[in-house]
This record gives sequence, C-alpha cells and structure tokens, in this order.
Amino acid sequence: MDKFTTLESTCIPLPLQDVDTDQIIPARFLKATTRDGFGDNLFRDWRYSQNGQANPEFILNKGLSGEILVAGRNFGCGSSREHAAWAIYDYGIKVVISSFFADIFKNNALNNGLLPVQVSDEFLEILFKEIEKDPDTKVIVSLENEIIKIKDSDYQEEFEINEYKKYCLTNGYDDIDFLISKKKAIGEFETSR
Amino acid sequence: MQPKTLFDKIWDNHVVHSIENGPQVVYIDRHFIHEVTSPQAFAGLKKRGVSVFRPSQTIATADHNVPTKDQHLPIKDALSKHQVDTLITNCKEFGVELYGLGHPYQGIVHVIGPELGITQPGMTIVCGDSHTSTHGAFGNIAFGIGTSEVEQVLATQCVLQNKPKTMKIEVNGSLKNGVVSKDIILYVISQLSTSGGTGHFIEFCGSAITSLSMEARMTICNMSIEMGARGGLIAPDKTTFEYLQNRPFAPKGSDWEKKLKEWASLKTDKSAKFDQEYYFKADDIEPMITYGTNPGMGIGITEKIPSLNGDASIKKSLEYMDLSGGSQLLGKKIDYVFIGSCTNSRIEDLRLVAELVKGKTKASHVNAMIIPGSKQVEKQAIEEGLDKILQEAGFELRQSGCSACLGMNEDKVPKGKYCVSTSNRNFEGRQGPGARTMLASPLTAAASALTGHITDVREMLN
Repeated sequence: MDKFTTLESTCIPLPLQDVDTDQIIPARFLKATTRDGFGDNLFRDWRYSQNGQANPEFILNKGLSGEILVAGRNFGCGSSREHAAWAIYDYGIKVVISSFFADIFKNNALNNGLLPVQVSDEFLEILFKEIEKDPDTKVIVSLENEIIKIKDSDYQEEFEINEYKKYCLTNGYDDIDFLISKKKAIGEFETSR
Repeated sequence: MQPKTLFDKIWDNHVVHSIENGPQVVYIDRHFIHEVTSPQAFAGLKKRGVSVFRPSQTIATADHNVPTKDQHLPIKDALSKHQVDTLITNCKEFGVELYGLGHPYQGIVHVIGPELGITQPGMTIVCGDSHTSTHGAFGNIAFGIGTSEVEQVLATQCVLQNKPKTMKIEVNGSLKNGVVSKDIILYVISQLSTSGGTGHFIEFCGSAITSLSMEARMTICNMSIEMGARGGLIAPDKTTFEYLQNRPFAPKGSDWEKKLKEWASLKTDKSAKFDQEYYFKADDIEPMITYGTNPGMGIGITEKIPSLNGDASIKKSLEYMDLSGGSQLLGKKIDYVFIGSCTNSRIEDLRLVAELVKGKTKASHVNAMIIPGSKQVEKQAIEEGLDKILQEAGFELRQSGCSACLGMNEDKVPKGKYCVSTSNRNFEGRQGPGARTMLASPLTAAASALTGHITDVREMLN
C-alpha cells in the first residue's frame, strides 16, 4: 500500500447524495480477477453513454484535474465491492471528502491507501461553493495533524481517524501484515473456546 | 454483570485482541466466498506465500456471475467463465470446499448457508458481499466485507473491525392481509432512510418479527445493509431451532442437545441499552413499492410519490425513473417482473407466488422471470409441482444464481424498461444500464405480472 502523509490538490466536485458503489463501478465491470484498470470505468454510466460516447455534462469530462473527490453525504453506500475503492484510486484520486461515508466503503478505502475525510455538512457546503466560484481552489489535507484546509482561506476543519489506521496509512502498512503477526494469539484463542 | 445486548455478547465472545484506540481482531466462525470478490484475495495470498488458515471454515459457491439457463453447458461469456474457473482453481489449490455449478448444493451464498445448516446461532459470519447480513436471522453476527478483508480472513480467520454501535428496531402487532416481511423492511427503510443505520448493528424484535418464519426473517435481515447498517440480527427461538434441526451441517445427536442449550441463552438482557431505538406498528404497513433509485425511496402502494422540490439528488432520481412527484404508481404499466435474489428466492417465496398465480395468466407484454435461490430450492419447487403452475401462468422458472438482481450475467432489464423486482437494490443501472427498478414483495411482483401494471395485491386476495 502507498504511504499517505499530506496532499495539496484541486478537487473534483460531485454534489450528489447517496452515491452508491454500483454508480462508482457497475457490476458488469466486476468480472476481472486482478485489481488493475478499474479507473477506466469509474462512474461509467454517468461518464459515458451506452454507445461509449463521453457525456459532456459529467464532471469527469469537464477537463478538471485533481486528486481529491468531493461528494455529497452517504458516499459509497450499497454493495461491498472493493472495486469501487480500486476504481477511484486507479483513476488517480487519493482523498474522498464527504460529510458521511458508508461503513464498508470507508474500510475498503482505508485498506487501499485512499483517505476518506469526513467533514461537517457546513464545511462541505462551503467547499462546494468555493470550487464552483473557482475550480482552481486547492485543498490541503494533512493526515498527521488531522486537518483539512481550503488553501488561501480561513476555512479549515479537524477530521477524525483512528490512530491505528493513521499509523498504517502514514507507513503504508496493511491490516494483513498485522493479523499475520497475531497468528499465535489467534491459535490460542481457538484452543481456549 | 452489566446487562448486554445480544450483539455485544456475541461480538465480545469473538474478540481475540484489541488495539488501543483502534480496531479489534475479531475471530470468524464461517467464511463464505464466491467468484467475484475472492480472486484478488487469493492472488494476495499467493503473493505473500500464505495458505488458507482454516479451510474447513471456508465455504465457496459460484452465484453472482453464472447463467440461469443451461447450466450444464460451458459458460458462454469468456470473462465470466474465467472468473468462475479461477474460483475452481483457487478452491482446489487452497483446499476449500466448493459448491460450484453442477453441485446439488450450488446457489446464492446467502440462500445455501442457511438451508444447509452451515449458518447457526451465536456465530460470526462474513462474506465479500454486503447481503451477508441475511444470516443474522439465525441470531449471529454476519456482515459483508471487502476483498482486502476477505484476504485477511483467508489468511488468519480473523478480520480487523471497529465495533459498531447497537440499534433496536421493534415492530409489534399483526400484519395485514397481503403484507409480508419484505413490506416490513421496505417500510422501515423508508422511515429511517438509506443511511439511517450506518455505523450500527441492528437487532430486530417485537411480535411482528418473532411471528415470522425463518425465511421471512432472512428477508428482513438481508436488507439491513440498505439502511447502511453493518448487519441485522434476530434472537434465535423455537422457530430457528426447528428450521435448523436435521439440516445437513447442523449439529447432530448429543451435540445438537448441547448446542440447543447454548443457543437458548442468546438473548439481549432485559435492561440492556441500545445506542438507538425505533418502534413501529405492523398495522401501519401496507404493501410497499419503491419509486426512486435507492431502497429508502419507498411508499405504500396506494400512496403518492412525495413532491420534494429543490433537492438535486431526488430530482436526478425521478428523472432517471421518468416519474414525477405527486403522482401515483398504482396502475403504472410495467415491462418486467423479477422474482429472485438473496432477498426473496426461497421456497416460501415461490409458494406464495404460485398460490397467487395458479390458474391465472400473466399479462402478455410482461416478461416474468423466476430465479430460485439454490439448486435445492429449484428441486423442491419441481417436486411440489410449482414449476408447472408457474409455467402455465406464463412465468419462467430458471436455474439458481444472483441473476438480474445485479445483472452481471446475461439476465438484464433493458434501458428505460420498468421492472417490479423482489431484489434489494433499485440503484441506477443495477439491473442493467438504464433499467428502472421498483422493489416490492413477491406478492406485489406476482400480482403486477398478472395485470401488467403496478397492482395492490390486496384487491386479488379479497
């Protein structure tokens, strides 16, 4: 897993609520047996028409660049498919900002070095407005200080992440390494039951 | 001792290790895997040179990506075939039991676990599928996980999780005629929204819940995730034990007696506190149907679609469905009916449908598919003669799998077409690009297939 410390980037705004993982990556693209290449089909049915033409109205087709996706509340609801996190990361996004995340998506994102940053509804609204005013608005995300800031403004907010996950992200460690190191305790747990 | 909820009791009983200010290492009793979310996990094991830690606690089936016709023939779609073949190879290499295509136990993972008696009270159960919550109907902790977590469980039989909060949903009273468990859960989700349960594990209780059969309880727990909850459970009781007795993998003989005693103690303590509590009356529930693009957008079948102006997400949703606020769904012409999925594809669902359509014929313009949840359900339906009743009414009984619930195989609803579906998700494109899904009970779906438009099943029952 890649390490994450701080990021300064422009944003891609998606001001919709309840974006489900079927929209992030539709089921028909889940037939792969590797983790690669899902970014090409990120938001496939919003991004392209059925005959494959780019939808000019969709945000990813408006020529914006940025490593931060900003989305409405309850992002990533629905299916547990980790392919959603893979698709977002593969597309080049490192941080997703929303005022509320679905549980499984949040876990999947963290397991792939994609940082979900939960902000207040007020901060999210301000951020959407600032991006609308100026698409070059930059956001600074500091994992170490657990602070998110709109650059060149007074808008900033603290965000929460549990210490263990922060440690994993800043060092690029994954949970499997940790669990494998606990195999002895797991074996003892089994015999104690 | 401090009073505890059933969820807390089972969870605490499975904690191997707690990380300070972090998640807990939770031991997993049963791990179900399928072809779509496991290949990358097995690839991870190979890369690390790790074996499956407890293969005997791991059960595999092929369900998401399998055809529902001519299952004896090779899968036509090359990518689907490769994915199913990869599961076969991985199970062989890592010593995991596979109930694949052609096996009499094959079926939707959340249908076969319970029907084989693998799913039992007091356990922890995971699967790389969000509808793993289904198994909670037996009084256990069952939840969906991502592929990295599938790899964790394969490698160590444990998963790292933050302990969810607890929620109680109590439904009391008797259901009206024509109202079934699917209507209860669609009603509850419509009241609490698609994110109302996020961060929580739900215990369903109350007389309207405990009077349900096991299959009906599974429908309730199945859709806990549609409120965002990690899972839902129902305390085990006589109904649970009677269902499990003599199932192929249920304990036998003296083991059964021992387990029964243990399971009977699986209850929330009287004065235990939940983080959230909600109370509903069964009497308030009528047959439900969804009008939008998330499962929280549901109404009673005689109600009007709410007029909610100004919200961009709801506007987008109604545009997608080509419906307008303030209008009624009743009488709306439909094109497809899908009866199946891990929510409603069990024998009781098929019996309900057969009983309603017996001696009648579906509307000629409606395409009506019935997909049994497993080979065992399929076999039983045929033994009971349901296949003939359904066929005579113009419904096609096909072979088991997830099918048009998510449209990974060839079973899809075409663009712009309306489908009344007994599945669990009405997301945009869920049943195929551009498909318009309306979630409902098997009764409402069957009634609508007969008339060709959205129908209040109570009119047929009275």
